[in-house]
Order: sequence, then C-alpha cells, then structure tokens
Amino acid sequence: MSYINPQFRHPCSNTNEIGCTRKDYEGVISTLCAGCGHDSITAAVVQACFELSIKPHTVAKISGIGCSSKTPAYFLSQSHGFNSVHGRMPSIATGANLANRDMIYLGISGDGDTASIGIGQFVHIARRNLNMLYMVENNGCYGLTKGQDSATADVGSAAKGGIPNEFAPVDLVSMALDLGASFVARGFSGDKEQLVPLIKAGLSHKGFAFLDIISPCVTFNNTPGSTKSYAHMREHMEMTGKVDFVPEEAEIKVDYKPGEMTDITLHDGAHIRLNKLGDDYDPQNRRGALAAEEKAKEKGEILTGLLFVDPESHDLHDVLGTTTKHPLRNLDEKTLCPGAKALEAINETSR
Amino acid sequence: MKPTDIKDPEYFHKVVDCQYACPAHTPVPEYIRLIAAGKYTEAFMVNWESNVFPGILGRTCDRPCEPACRRGRLKDTEDEEPVAICRLKRVCADHKGDVKSLMPPIPQKKNGKRVAFIGAGPASLTVMRDLMPLGYDCILYDDQKKGGGMMRSQIPSFRLPDEVLAEEVNYVLDMGVETHFETRVDSMKEILDQNYDAIFVGTGAPRGGDLPKLPGRQEGDANIHIGIDWLASVAFEHTKKIGKKVLVLGGGNTAMDCCRTSRRLGGDDVRIVVRSPAKTMKASPWEIEDAKGEDIPMFENHVPKEFKIENGKLTGMIFELVEAVYDDNGKRTLVPTGEPDVLMECDDVLIAIGQDNAFPWIERDLGLEFGKWDLPVLDKETFQSTLPHVFFGGDSAFGPENIITAVAHGHQAAISIDRFCSGENVTDRLPPTVNLMSQKMGVHEWAYDNDISNDDRFIVPHADKKKALKDIKLEVELGFNEQQALDEAMRCLNCDAQTVFTEDKCIECDACVDICPTNCITFTTTGEEDDLRTRLTAPAENKEQDLYISGGLPNKTNRVMVKDEDVCLHCGLCAERCPTAAWDMQKFLYNVTKTYNEKGPQLTPETLKERRKDEAA
Ligand SMILES: Cc1cc2nc3c(=O)[nH]c(=O)nc-3n(C[C@H](O)[C@H](O)[C@H](O)COP(=O)(O)OP(=O)(O)OC[C@H]3O[C@@H](n4cnc5c(N)ncnc54)[C@H](O)[C@@H]3O)c2cc1C
Ligand SMILES: Cc1ncc(C[n+]2csc(CCOP(=O)(O)OP(=O)(O)O)c2C)c(N)n1
Ligand code: SF4
Ligand code: SF4
Ligand code: SF4
Ligand SMILES: [Mg+2]
Repeated sequence: MSYINPQFRHPCSNTNEIGCTRKDYEGVISTLCAGCGHDSITAAVVQACFELSIKPHTVAKISGIGCSSKTPAYFLSQSHGFNSVHGRMPSIATGANLANRDMIYLGISGDGDTASIGIGQFVHIARRNLNMLYMVENNGCYGLTKGQDSATADVGSAAKGGIPNEFAPVDLVSMALDLGASFVARGFSGDKEQLVPLIKAGLSHKGFAFLDIISPCVTFNNTPGSTKSYAHMREHMEMTGKVDFVPEEAEIKVDYKPGEMTDITLHDGAHIRLNKLGDDYDPQNRRGALAAEEKAKEKGEILTGLLFVDPESHDLHDVLGTTTKHPLRNLDEKTLCPGAKALEAINETSR
Repeated sequence: MKPTDIKDPEYFHKVVDCQYACPAHTPVPEYIRLIAAGKYTEAFMVNWESNVFPGILGRTCDRPCEPACRRGRLKDTEDEEPVAICRLKRVCADHKGDVKSLMPPIPQKKNGKRVAFIGAGPASLTVMRDLMPLGYDCILYDDQKKGGGMMRSQIPSFRLPDEVLAEEVNYVLDMGVETHFETRVDSMKEILDQNYDAIFVGTGAPRGGDLPKLPGRQEGDANIHIGIDWLASVAFEHTKKIGKKVLVLGGGNTAMDCCRTSRRLGGDDVRIVVRSPAKTMKASPWEIEDAKGEDIPMFENHVPKEFKIENGKLTGMIFELVEAVYDDNGKRTLVPTGEPDVLMECDDVLIAIGQDNAFPWIERDLGLEFGKWDLPVLDKETFQSTLPHVFFGGDSAFGPENIITAVAHGHQAAISIDRFCSGENVTDRLPPTVNLMSQKMGVHEWAYDNDISNDDRFIVPHADKKKALKDIKLEVELGFNEQQALDEAMRCLNCDAQTVFTEDKCIECDACVDICPTNCITFTTTGEEDDLRTRLTAPAENKEQDLYISGGLPNKTNRVMVKDEDVCLHCGLCAERCPTAAWDMQKFLYNVTKTYNEKGPQLTPETLKERRKDEAA
C-alpha cells in the first residue's frame, strides 16, 4: 500500500538560483483520481515556480472547494495556504492582498467554484484588477460531487451520465476579457510546453492574470461525447502562438524576423514572446482577442495560448492609492484597536 | 529507435542490476524479500539453487552485484551506497531452518554414466550438485584432506569458519559422491584410461608467483614463503607461527589474507609493500579496510630490489623508490625517483604477487590442446576441451577468478556433460526460464512492499579486535541479527518488479510522467537513441542502462513512450497513477537453466515437497 512519496530524486536534478530543487516545490502525494488533469497542472505549477526560483514562503495559495481547489495541498508545501469556502477564493485573496501586497498570490479554482457559486466574486475580482494569478482548472463538471454538468459544459457535451447538456456555457475567458482583466490566457493540462510559460508569465504579471486551463476529469468527463476530454482537446486545440517566457536577466538569444514574433516586456522586466504560428495575432488588443475567441468557438475549436495582456495596467493598490509605508499587516494592535474613546470620536462624526 | 522487445529475457534481466552482474545470476531481490519476510529457509534455497554456497559466499563473495546495485546510483541528500547484498546472503544461511529435506532426492537407480572430477573446489562441487540428482555416478579426486579446494586451503578461518565450509561442501558430497581425498592425479592419461563417460577438471590455479631472480632469494628461502602455499600450510595447521616482523609483497586479496593471518600468528609489525601506487591495488576495498583496521600499514611505490641476508639468514629487504608516470596513452611506467633505497628489517617475507595455472600432470600428447598462457583450449560456453569428453571449469578454465565464477562455470559445464552423456548436441542449450507476473492486489496495493527505507547502509558488527587477533579461528564479522537484516533488506528497491507498459491502453494523460519521482518517463516523438537521450524529462546520460520504447500510441499525437531505466525506483507510482492500467508492475523471475530444469519441473521448495509426497505415496 503506498501513498508514499519516495525521497529519492534523479541524481542529475539540479538546483535553481536560490539553491532549491524541484522537490522543494512539491507537496504531499495527490489523492485525486489517477489520470486527473488537475495533477498535471500541479506538476506545471511546481515546474514554473522552480524555474522562476520563487521563494516558496513568499507565495500564498488560496482556493475554494472542489477537486481543483484541493490541489494546493499537492504543491508548494512550504508556502502559505488558505482553502476557503466554495466560490469565495476571491474575497480571501482580496483581503490577504490588501493586508500584504508583498506576497505572490496564486488562486486555484474550478469551473464550478468560479462559474457557478463563485461567479459574482469572480466578476468583481477581475474588474478590480487584483494583483494575482487566478487559475481555473476547467473540467466542465463538478468533479468532487461526482460529475454533474458545470456551467462551462458545452451544449451537447455529454459526461459519464450520458445526457447531453442543454444550457449555454459560461465562457470565462470572454467574461474576463470583457470585465477588464489585464492578462487572459488559456492552457491545456496535457500540454506543459505551453502551460508552464503561461503560468510563469501570469505569476510575473502585475495585475489580475486569469488562466483558464482545460483539465479533463478522467472519471466523470473523459467520455467520447465530452468536449473536455483528452481526445477532444487534442483534436480541437488551436494556439494563438507559441509562448516563451524569458526572465529579465536572461539574454535574448534567438532572433525572429519582424512580424514573426511579438515581444512584450512585463513590469518586472521579464519578457513574454509570442511566436506566431498562423494568422497575425496581436495579444495586446482586447477586442481582437474577444473576436478570435468567438471565431474559434464558431469553428468548434478551443483557442489556447496568451490571448491578451496589458503590461501597464494599474492594480487595485495603485487605483486605491494604498500606502506602501504602513501596509495593514504591519499595524500593531494599538493602532488597529484604538479603544472605546476613539470609536466614540468616530461615531460622533456621523451623528 | 525500434520499440523494445520485452519478450527478450535479457531486456528485463538487465534491469535487475544485481542479478545481471552476478556471474551465476542469483535472483537477488527475490531472496532479499524472503529475508524481509523472515523466510530464511526459502531465501537460502533460492540462493542454494543458483550459487550452491550461500553461507560461504555470504562471507567471502567478491560481490560484483554490489557495485552494480541501483541503489548506489541514487541520491537523496547524499550519494547512496548499494544494498549490502552479500551480507544479507549470509543472514539466510545463519538463520535458516532445515534445508536438507528441501534438496533434490538422489535416485537410487543410477543412470549408468560415470563422471570423474579432478579437484574438489567450488567448480567441481557445482557440477556434481547438478549431476547427482540425475543419477550420475560422480568420482572425485583431490590432493587435500577434505573438500572445498581453495575455499579451504586459502580463505582463512577468521573469514570463513570451518563449520560453514564443511556444511555446504557436505550438502554436495553427501549426495553420494565417491571421494578419493589425498589423491593427487599425476597423469591425465591414467584417468583417460579408466574409461569415464566424462571428465571434469577443476584443479584451480595452484601456482603462486615468486621472485626467483632477486638476490638473496635462495639464501633466505627458509624465511621467504609463497603466499598461497603458506596460507594452505596454515589452513592445514602445518604452520602455526611466524616472525614478529613480516613483510607481505603484493596488493591483492591474497596479500590481505597473508598479512591478517600473520597478525594472528605472532606478527607484530606486519607491513604490506607494493610496487605501484596504493590506489591501484587489486584487493577489494573492504579487504583493504579490514587489513587497515588490524593496524597493517601499506607502503606504496616500493619495488623489491634485494633480500638482505646476514649470516645466512634473512634480516630484511631493500626496496627502490619509484613513481608512476603515465604517457599520453595512459600507459604506466614506474620510474625511480632517485631517492636512497629503503631497507626494511624483517623476520619473514610472504610473496603474494599473483597466481598462475599449471597443468604439469596433463600430458601434451593426448589430443587435449593448450593455447595462450598454457591454458586449455575451450569452448567459452560449453567448457568443452578439444578432447570431447573432457571439460574444464573454475580457475582452471580461463585463469584465477573467484568462487561465484567457478559456480557459474560449473552449472554450464554440468549441462554440457549431461548433454554429452545423453548423446545430444552440447552446443544446443535451453534459454533461461523467465516468469513475469502482475503484482497488483488493489488500487494502491502491490504484492511487494514498495515503501522502501531511506536509511543508510548498515554496517556488519565485528568481533572484539583484541580477541580476534589472538585467535585465528575466531570469525571477525558477526553477521547481521534479524532486526539489522530486516532494516537492510528494506533498502532494496525490488528492481525485479518491472514496469510493463501496454501502449494500446495509454490515453497520454501524463499522470505517470508527473508522479515519477526520478523523472524516468517521457512522451515524445521517436528518434535515434543519441538524439532521444537528450530530449527526455531528465537527461539520460548513463548509456549502460537501456531506454524502454513503446510502439505508436493509440491517440493521434505521433508520440511514443520512452522510459529511461537508469534510476527507476520500482516504486510503482506510475502504475498507481495510471487511470487505464497501461502501466503494471510485474515480477520478473529469471533463472539460469540447470541440468534438472532441462529434464523436469523447476526445483523449488514447493515442487520438491510435491515430489516427496508422490514418492512417499
Ligand atoms: C588467498 C586467497 C583468497 C581468496 N579469497 C577469495 C574470496 O574471499 N572470495 C572468492 O570468491 N574467491 C577467493 N579466492 C579465489 C577462490 O578461492 C578461487 O577462485 C576458487 O576457489 C576457484 O575454484 P575452483 O573450483 O576452480 O578450484 P580450487 O578452489 O582452486 O580447487 C582446486 C582443487 O584441486 C586440487 N588439485 C589441483 N591439482 C590437482 C591434482 N593434480 N590432483 C588432485 N587435486 C588437485 C587443489 O588442491 C584444490 O583442492 C581466493 C583465492 C586465494 C588464493
Ligand atoms: C456552499 C457549498 N455548496 C455546495 C457544495 C458542494 N460542492 C463541493 S465541490 C462542488 C463543485 C466543485 O466543482 P469544481 O469547482 O468544478 O471543482 P472540480 O471538483 O470539478 O475540480 C460542489 C457543488 C459545497 N461544498 N459548498
Ligand atoms: S536495489 Fe535491490 S534489486 Fe535493485 S540492484 Fe540493488 S539489491 Fe538489486
Ligand atoms: S516505478 Fe514508475 S514512478 Fe516509480 S520510479 Fe519507476 S517509472 Fe518512476
Ligand atoms: S498514466 Fe497511463 S494513461 Fe496516463 S500517460 Fe501514463 S501510461 Fe498513459
Ligand atoms: Mg470542475
């Protein structure tokens, strides 16, 4: 019987700039179904954080409820974490971020957690441009409660129950674009070559980075009739372009001819490079992104890659003009609870 | 690259590093699991079947399996050491129950074939063990008092107690071998004239190297001894003392045994002196360790120049100092440093500088050809000489090796003799028997224990040094107790639990790639091996370990599965995380075919019990 994670790693496993190995970014062994797309996303998060040399203790992992929302237990076991209430990850993330803006906020949610019960919270966190990476592990069903259709299930898609869904799906990518999210992308759990750079870019982006990841549920929604199965994704996946993430220090080696590549500099000096595959795609054009998403849906394709980024956006702290001198978390007890007299004085101003 | 043919028995055999490296291909992980389960008797029988001398080898084996052990290639916080395979072997011999009743019955009715054996070392004993159960008459000639060959005459009793040696030698002799001890064969022709159906020569490599031309050699002869002859005379208790100051010349295992024996026979100042740099000494690292532990210093780059004789008696040795110089091709020359020669005083010198074959007793006009270095001309697989009914094995075949090699030769020579005596073609040989069996018992449950220990290698306790140096019969190593044995056994990775991939089932979900702790698995487009090795999840730099390549996968991704066998932990996590059971953990049992496998069912405790029941009925 094993739920053990052996101690041994490949003898060639190297360390990153801060001397950590890949293993330092892992968590406990997953209890999800064998073959779940969510586990691949976990592996991609581990790889992205390792490659970015992130200090694990500077990350806050915040999630709602669902199989997807369980995954923060399976990566970054040396980070902070808050497994919150169903659909309420955005409120917790907002509170934490306002109290301490210095951490890296990684929100993990599911399509049920975001597009059903948490849709209201999602809308507001996107329009407020909270500085975080918000990942939806999108399997088109409620995995944890045994596979009911979720709000992202496509019309006609049939999960294990066999009955095709009849309701129009919520397209989280279009919504995020419409609501003013400053970074919008889509990935597939089965394509780490694309997913890892997207996660790295999302973590580096200042502002609200939204990443929709199609992540097949092997147990309830990997059927021949499903549009969120491994097979369907492999056949219908389209890309805006090949994404490369180039950290600030790294020297840019390959030269592309103009027009073949878009280079976007993020606020921390890192670059996202989008190598064009087919049609001209401008990842800094919000309307264009919405149109491309619509067009792909019409053709029955699933558009992946970096859809939109605004590297100069203003996050919630900028907009509110919060102070960097006295972040909330540094206030002492006396300042936070000034006592009955101070309260009385405040109340007095409203009488 | 072409998809891997896992039906080739050698593919998975190679993955079981220890078994593959063992000359007799002992199924190591199989017996280690039995030890962990406290089934020492069964573990002994698994060993006995493959290597005939579990208790002897568990103390003395050259253990080629250990440097090969996969655990030694791993890393947790530091580099890992191999599993103490050899010392675990001893555990099953030390703690076993009755084994004799599990050994094959010897037919009352003989098959009418008579085979002569010259030399009672491990090679001959193995051939006899494999032929007696088939009804052969075995007639053994040896010039010593008892059986065992060099295991008795050379390996000192503080490394191998007489009871252990006698017990395991007797399991064979008690099968009804006709023994003629203290009978030296001086003429091969005489043996040929006795019309045996076959003859096996297992006379070892009995001639020790000497320094005949060194000045003073003749005059000092009374105190200058040939290492292996001296060890034999100690073993047979003709020699019971040595001087206080002893010089041992040579850096091999014989030298280590000579100096440690000297320490026990009165040598206070015992030194090892070698011509070349100490790091090139041939002795096994553990033998060197043990010698150092008994306060034996080693002097390197000292070339013997002269025995110093005063008043007709040896009083010391003179050495020239050299250094090793390597040319561009890595060829070494020992160049004198020009420093003054060194005189070391001594009472006795033991020369332990190598061993040679010698067949003065084989006439050269019998049709039995000799080739290079005066070794017999043999077929490398059948051990048949140019006289078709004469076979060789052990050190006498290709020069001095070790016990386990002699055993491996013995099994093959026995098959040859059996085929020859049955009128069959000697070169037609059966492949090994292999068995691949799923270990799955439940979603996360396997028939083997995959929760292996992270402990460092356990060290075998030693007897008190003071006592040990006073008593030549006192065994130095005490062996593991049951708890230590269990702890050490749990370090074994079960490399025979093979990862078997069924490509038709794979949906390319990547779960196995993600979970694998040592990044063994990759899904990618195929290519030539050198190119593939650079494109994997983790670099596959150890070319001695194979890549396991699948055929095309059922999905339209144009990829194949590639697994680098190098540091697979056999943890089974890939199979546990695979949603479609495309991976399965299957126990691979590989057994070298023995004479009795060719003739009937495999010799296992179960089949034997069955056979006995039948016989009783
Ligand atoms: C000092 C020393 C220490 C060693 N330690 C180890 C060790 O720790 N581990 C290990 O694996 N190996 C060790 N070896 C090597 C090992 O002993 C031999 O490789 C092995 O015993 C060879 O087996 P064999 O069957 O070929 O012949 P041997 O064991 O050499 O037996 C040959 C027998 O034939 C007899 N004989 C020879 N000629 C005749 C004749 N004409 N008529 C009758 N009888 C004859 C000999 O007296 C002897 O009894 C050691 C060797 C030496 C010298
Ligand atoms: C307030 C509340 N309502 C309902 C539930 C039951 N529930 C648990 S998980 C879940 C759906 C999760 O779906 P999703 O977010 O897509 O996660 P998945 O398991 O598919 O990854 C529901 C409805 C709950 N835990 N809490
Ligand atoms: S770990 Fe066990 S099975 Fe693997 S090579 Fe070492 S002893 Fe053999
Ligand atoms: S058994 Fe499977 S998961 Fe474990 S190390 Fe080997 S390939 Fe990797
Ligand atoms: S876990 Fe199984 S189905 Fe998934 S990729 Fe690996 S072998 Fe294929
Ligand atoms: Mg879901």
